Amino acid sequence: MTQLNTTDLPEPMAQLVEDFHAVEPKDRLQLLLELSDELPSLPERYAGHLDQLEQVHECQSPLFLLVEVEPATDGGNAEDRTVRLFFDAPKEAPTTRGFAGILHEGLDGRSVAEVLAVPDDAPLRFGLADAVSPLRMRGMAAMLSRIKRQVRHKSML
Amino acid sequence: MPVVADDSAKFTAYAHPERLVSTDWLAKHLGEQGLVVVESDEDVLLYDSGHIPGAVKVDWHTDLNDPVARDYVDATRFAQVMGSRGIGRDTTIVVYGDKSNWWAAYALWVFSLFGHEDVRLLDGGRAKWIEEGRELTREVPTPTPVDYPVVEREDAPIRAFKDEVLEHIGKPMVDVRSPGEFSGALLHMPDYPQEGAMRGGHIPGAKSVPWSRAAAEDGTFKDREELEAIYQGEIGLSADDDVIAYCRIGERSSHTWFVLTHLLGFGSVRNYDGSWTEWGNAVRVPVERDVN
Repeated sequence: MTQLNTTDLPEPMAQLVEDFHAVEPKDRLQLLLELSDELPSLPERYAGHLDQLEQVHECQSPLFLLVEVEPATDGGNAEDRTVRLFFDAPKEAPTTRGFAGILHEGLDGRSVAEVLAVPDDAPLRFGLADAVSPLRMRGMAAMLSRIKRQVRHKSML
Repeated sequence: MPVVADDSAKFTAYAHPERLVSTDWLAKHLGEQGLVVVESDEDVLLYDSGHIPGAVKVDWHTDLNDPVARDYVDATRFAQVMGSRGIGRDTTIVVYGDKSNWWAAYALWVFSLFGHEDVRLLDGGRAKWIEEGRELTREVPTPTPVDYPVVEREDAPIRAFKDEVLEHIGKPMVDVRSPGEFSGALLHMPDYPQEGAMRGGHIPGAKSVPWSRAAAEDGTFKDREELEAIYQGEIGLSADDDVIAYCRIGERSSHTWFVLTHLLGFGSVRNYDGSWTEWGNAVRVPVERDVN
């Protein structure tokens, strides 16, 4: 097995990359399905208020996402603030939900600096392109770039 | 031996009633010798999230499209796809899927390129099966592999290429995309990603009938009379016309191809799978636009 490049990823995301590569390509879909199943629903304050979320048009199915950046602790740096991620996608779109699940599991609760440092090619590191086809991977790259843009905007960096 | 046809009253009016089965019929015949049920969806994971018991998955991207060239798989690969699902040349296949059977119709059309004889659609597709509260499972069957013969694709009768479409201008053509795509106002489906067409509009002379008009609210096909009112009535086609249907990549137009060929009995219908993602990018082909 080739050496996986995970050193530039936040720890939970690096772990997911390793998990995906620990199984055969066909079983990667199963892992993606689990992440789709586990994607948390929107908290009450956003449920039914999709207009407050950003739609990711690059996804094949309707996906909405929202970033919150928790307030800085006294004297803390903006880039140490914690990032929270929220997603909404229909059950009939499990691939899109699975991509959201990877990003949620990999990035929710990390710091502003960590999220902004995630390389743009991270979505391609999970070995999913062959299993779902490269065309379908575009949605995940688009989600990541929109997450980073919202983090940048909301943390005023 | 083909599995017995569904003799539902609704289907008898269609030109080829043996091409459809109802959810009732399928529930009764599940597991029958000689029958393989195939699910084909837009979302590659939808099958894995729950499918009709015993059904196998065929994915349009990873199983039916060539991974390198923009084309369908070759005969050897197709034989592998079919054989590994336990499908033999004389197997009766019932295909179903999401989105009122878009992708199921697309798979059926690709199977037809390889001349698979007995392939049918589940009327109403995945949504109707679920709506009726029928069983779904996550259990993936492990079919005993079968030797599917290596049969060359025969594209000419039901597949059109760009040059043929150019020559066809002036003859009957159906554009099955949404009205916004047809007029040129949109370069992609509403709520879908932009897929990089350089120009918007339609092929000159094509008539607009969005594919979904052939489907009823519950995703089943409209009955024959209603379909005739649309295709023969509104846009004046006749069953002996030579017709080309197209959309964006040929999947929605497979649905219309199925309607014209198998439900209305048209003798010569070709699906132009290059569709707008080829035509809207091609250099110096004529384009008609209804908006500025």
